[in-house]
Amino acid sequence: MELIGQMKLAEVGDELEVLSTDKGSADDIPEWINKVGHELLDSFEEDGVLHLVVKKTK
Amino acid sequence: MATEKISVMVTSNKREQLQMAAMVASVGAVSGNDVSVFLSMNSLNFFVKGSSEQATTEGHMGKLIEEKNVPDFKELFQQAVEYGDAKIFPCSMAVDILGLGQDDLEAYISEPMGLTSFLSDASEGQVWHF
Repeated sequence: MELIGQMKLAEVGDELEVLSTDKGSADDIPEWINKVGHELLDSFEEDGVLHLVVKKTK
Repeated sequence: MATEKISVMVTSNKREQLQMAAMVASVGAVSGNDVSVFLSMNSLNFFVKGSSEQATTEGHMGKLIEEKNVPDFKELFQQAVEYGDAKIFPCSMAVDILGLGQDDLEAYISEPMGLTSFLSDASEGQVWHF
């Protein structure tokens, strides 16, 4: 939900990076991005923290 | 993106039920679906401005939800409206029984709706009850 709120405020073309330690986010965020039609640019894990880089496409 | 109609009826005052209802409503709404929530029976009092009523728990999950830093169900319902254009309708009968006016309810709650309208509105799409 944090991401969705920020995506609302962002401009088309902006890139946002989400950091999460919640295991569910690894499934739920890419699923949401796919459903809504934004673009997942990168996803990686670092020191147990998941990073997802998302581009607002519309 | 396929838009689906999702109708959520909420009557419980239990933490687990309210949390699940709020999750269905918010995730459904922010994924582009047309979400309507109908609040009746024991759920409506939580949405009265300044209400101090606390949800009771049914089991261990409810207690864990309270202990861990899980976003509150009311916050999720508000986000469903703000981020996903969900509509949350108080049941007109419940509003009458509690003696409430529109100003008594949280700002993100829509005008009261009767059960007949909700059922007609819910006749197509998914219907969930908590």
